[in-house]
Formats: sequence, C-alpha cells, structure tokens
Amino acid sequence: MSRAQAAGRTGTARLRTVHPGPGRVTRWVIVAVIGVLFLVPIVAMVEFTLRKGVDGGHDFARWATVFGGGLTPEFKPIFTGLGNSLLLAVVTVLVMLVLLVPTMVLVRIRFPQLQRVLEFICLLPITIPAIVLVVGLAPVYSVVSKMFGSGVWTLAFAYGVIVLPYAYRSIQANLVAVDVVTLSEAARSLGAGWLTILFRVVVPNIRRGLLAASFISVAVVLGEFTIAALLNRVNLQTALLVVNKADPFIAVIFALLALLFAFVLLLAIGFIGGGGRPGRRSRRRAAASALSPVAPALSPKGSA
Amino acid sequence: MTDTLRPVADAQGSGAATPPRSPRARPRFSSLLSGSVLGLIPFTAYIVLFLALPTVIALVTGFVDKHGALTVDNLTALGDPVILRTFGNSLWLSALTAVIGALLGALFCYALLGAKPTGVLRSIVDAASGVLAQFGGVMLAFAFVATIGIQGMITVWLRTSFGVDIFADGVWLYDTPGLILPYIYFQVPLMIITFSPALESLKPQWAEANAMLGGGILSYWRHIGVPVLLPSFFGCLLLLFANAFSSFATAAALTSQGSQIVPLQIRAALTSETVLGRENLAGALALGMIVVMVVVMAIYSLLMRRAARWQR
Repeated sequence: MSRAQAAGRTGTARLRTVHPGPGRVTRWVIVAVIGVLFLVPIVAMVEFTLRKGVDGGHDFARWATVFGGGLTPEFKPIFTGLGNSLLLAVVTVLVMLVLLVPTMVLVRIRFPQLQRVLEFICLLPITIPAIVLVVGLAPVYSVVSKMFGSGVWTLAFAYGVIVLPYAYRSIQANLVAVDVVTLSEAARSLGAGWLTILFRVVVPNIRRGLLAASFISVAVVLGEFTIAALLNRVNLQTALLVVNKADPFIAVIFALLALLFAFVLLLAIGFIGGGGRPGRRSRRRAAASALSPVAPALSPKGSA
Repeated sequence: MTDTLRPVADAQGSGAATPPRSPRARPRFSSLLSGSVLGLIPFTAYIVLFLALPTVIALVTGFVDKHGALTVDNLTALGDPVILRTFGNSLWLSALTAVIGALLGALFCYALLGAKPTGVLRSIVDAASGVLAQFGGVMLAFAFVATIGIQGMITVWLRTSFGVDIFADGVWLYDTPGLILPYIYFQVPLMIITFSPALESLKPQWAEANAMLGGGILSYWRHIGVPVLLPSFFGCLLLLFANAFSSFATAAALTSQGSQIVPLQIRAALTSETVLGRENLAGALALGMIVVMVVVMAIYSLLMRRAARWQR
C-alpha cells in the first residue's frame, strides 16, 4: 500500500477524495487494455508455433520435436549460440564482479570525490549506441584476437561495458542503503585490512545488489545482438536469426523460451529486492532500479 | 561525503589531541592513499581499452581516409541526400515512437499509482517491462512477423473475419513504417521503468496540503502533479528518443533490404567497405549519431537535475 493511500485512509473522508491515484475500476481498465495489447504479439508467437501446415489447424508437434530431441543437425547453430551466450553471460558477470565491484567500493569508501566521475563513466554506455561502439571495437578486437585468440568468450569484455549502467545502478543503490562507509570505518578501527573489509564486510552486505546486478547482466547478455552480429561471432540472437531462415517455427519456439527465461530472471530480481518482507519500500525500489538504465533523477549528490 | 571520511583520517593520524588538518598532509594517510590508487588501475585500464578507445577510434575514423591521412571528406558525406534521408527517417521514427511510448507509458504508470509496491501486479509489471525493454531485438521482430506479418495472426484474422487487408497498399512491415509498432512495443515498457519512480516520489503531504486548501483532484494535478512531473516526463521522453535512435537489432532482423535508418547504414558501411564510393563512412555516421545522442542526453540530464528538486 502506498503512503498516499495510507494517508487517505487515516485521514478524513475529504482527504480521501483528493487521493491522486486512479480509482480501482480506472486502474484495472488501463492495466487490462494496455496489458492485453502487449500480450497480443506474444500470443501470436505461441499461435504461430502451433500451426499445422498450410491447411490450418493447430497441434503441439513442433514443441514435441524441440523437447523430444528430434531436432535435425540444421538446428545445431542454436545450441552453439545458446552455449556461447551462456558462457558469455558467466564471463561478463565475472568481469563485472572483478573489475567494477572493488572499484565502486573503493570509490565509495576512499575516494568519494571521484563518485561523480565513476557515475558518469558507468552511465556513458547509454549515450554511446552499441552500433557506434562496434565501429571502434572492430580494430580493438583484431588486437584482442591476437592476444587471447578468437574465442567467443572475449566478447565478454565488450559486454562488460554495455552492462555497466545496469550493474552500476543496482550495486550503487545497495551500497548507499547499507552505509558501507560506516561499516568499513568500524572494520578498520578493529584492525581489518582492505581485503578483509571487501570480502568479509562489504560483499556480504551488498549481496542483494550483486545478485541483482548479475541477473540483469545475464539478461542483457542473452539479448545482445548488435556487437555479436557485426563482429561475426555466434551468440543466441545471431543463431536465432540464422535458424529463422531455415525454419521460422523452431526459431520462434526458442525465442519464446528465451523470453520466458529472461522474465523469470527479472522476476527473481524483484523478489531478491522485495525479500518477501512487505513494507520495505527502499528494497523494492533498489530492485526496480536495477531494471532501469538510468537513475530516476541524476541527483546532484550522485548517490541515486 | 567528504565529511564522513574525515574522522577516519583523524583516527589514522597522530590522535585526537592534534587539531584537524587536511587528510592529505598526513604521511601515513598519503601512503595508504597511493596504495588505494593502485586499486583503481584495473577498472580504469578496462574502461580505456573497451569504452574510451573504441569510441575514439569510431569518431576518429570519420576524419581519416584509407591511407590514414586526415580528411574531412567523409564528413561531407553526411550532407549526401541518401544519408540525410536516413538521418531524417531515424529522427522521425524515434520522435514518433518516443511520444507515443511516453504517453502510453505515463498512462500505465498513473494506473499503477497507489498499487501495492510489493504486490504481485508490481512485480510482474517490473519484470515484464524489463524483459520487453531490454530483451527485444531479434525476438521482437519474430513477434511482429507472427502478429502482423503476411500470414500473421492478426493479419489473417482481419482478412478472414472482416475482409480487411492491412497490406492492401503493399507490405509495409519490412520497411520503415513497419518499425513503428515494434518500437512502441519496447518504448512503453522503458517509459514504465524510468517514469514510475518519479510518480512514486509524489509526496502524500502535497495531496493533503491541496485538500486542506480546498482543492479537488483537478486542482491537485493542475497545480501540483503535472508541474512536478513535467521535467521527469520530458526527460524520460528524451531517453526514449535516444533509445529508439540507437536501436539496431529489431530493424536488422525485420527490414529485408535497404538501409532506411542510420544504424543499418552503419552496418552497410562496415560490411561492404564502400558505400556511396567512400571509405570510412561508418566513422562519419557514428560521429553524426554521437552528436545527436550527446545533445539529447545533455538536455536529458538538465531536465533530470530540475526534476531532482522534488525527489528528495
């Protein structure tokens, strides 16, 4: 229940009449109309996969093929792509955790004057479209290939950049909420060193933020197409496009499964944030903020 | 924030008896400081290599010819009628879908106003919006082919039930107009994600003050709600514009031929070396995109600073 509504209930009848939100009926009409409009394409995808040849009718034959292991070798790209995307998701999360998290903690505790610079850098990928980044990444990757080989996992370096805004926001929300500065001061006055502070004090306290950042990173990586396509690497999305030319029905089935997986992943972020404890609005906000590429307002203090 | 750090600096120093000096003046602190600075190096190096360097390369290639000599020749390509038309297409497509997306999204946020923040409805809306806003691309193209493609569910239904052929004037789904509906489909969820925090920050005290002064629901929105939310609304609108302008995957998967919008033109320039008989056109196009994005995001951050006044 929102504070506005609570105020309306505890206040006089007159206060309730000015509650700015919509009435119950209005709310559900708007939610239902827009919700149904947004469900139509999803339903159409499902209907598309159930079609039975040219003479009409529906059955589950294709779903049975996919889950019964009856896919012919021409669908191999999709499993290669899925495997590559999962590998990329793991490496990207590692890159994010190893490079971004210690830096954010260090800046928060030790270099607060750099806070705005870090925020600016982390939100920069919103301003630089992936398609622009890829123009400059092509020469960078010709060097990377020489150093690390042309394995698909090297793409994770580029993906680490595009997940920055999301990862930064969810971790920062958590860092601010638990007052890491005071905690680290307490740890230092008890004689803890830097690594102890990082791993035994800060990380356990921001694990919700880290988990949310990891999940949103996985979702972004699984949906990434631009960089992989233009650097000629195979991931889930480029594979879907290839398979779509051979058999659009099977491609749509995999697309639906991927959408469902991402939905569950993001729903989990909501529950990590909500924690099942009603009334913790700040946690829900922290969770919801993970989904947003930008702060609700770039506040002057930069501590969104 | 600097204030919260000072006591630590004092504790590190020679004790409480000495008057507080600048933390940097203390030898022990500065040695610790230099140690900590090392901790910033890995991330800085990473950002330089994979964010700064690619961006600079992308922008600089617009200024060099195939032999590496400086030239502004590529930039003159930005004045080419074909390129101007693609930028025009990108701009109107982004503007149109941003306005429609912002209005629909704001309406939906309004409907959620007062809904239980930890409730099932909010959780589902948050997760679904996240998926649809970030996860579209190729799969979004599939969805719209299945919906309003030539054999799409809605196309067939309209044709058989009402005798309406939505493609009577030719198949527009695989051309620029075909991008409008898919784009709106990812713009509305992004609006919901970015605009609902602004609506949540409307303070109940303002509604009470309004009621105390004898105001009704209309005067609440006219004098409080709309003026407070307007900067956020336009900020989110600009963000939606930027989002559509930089979007590539949906168009790449949907459009069958030609390069009607700027990102597709960049792909053409990247994959076929010469477009319009020019080298390094991709760099020039990237520069053009960055200019638009920087202008849009600068106005965005100005608006958001204004909006932040009410979000304390």
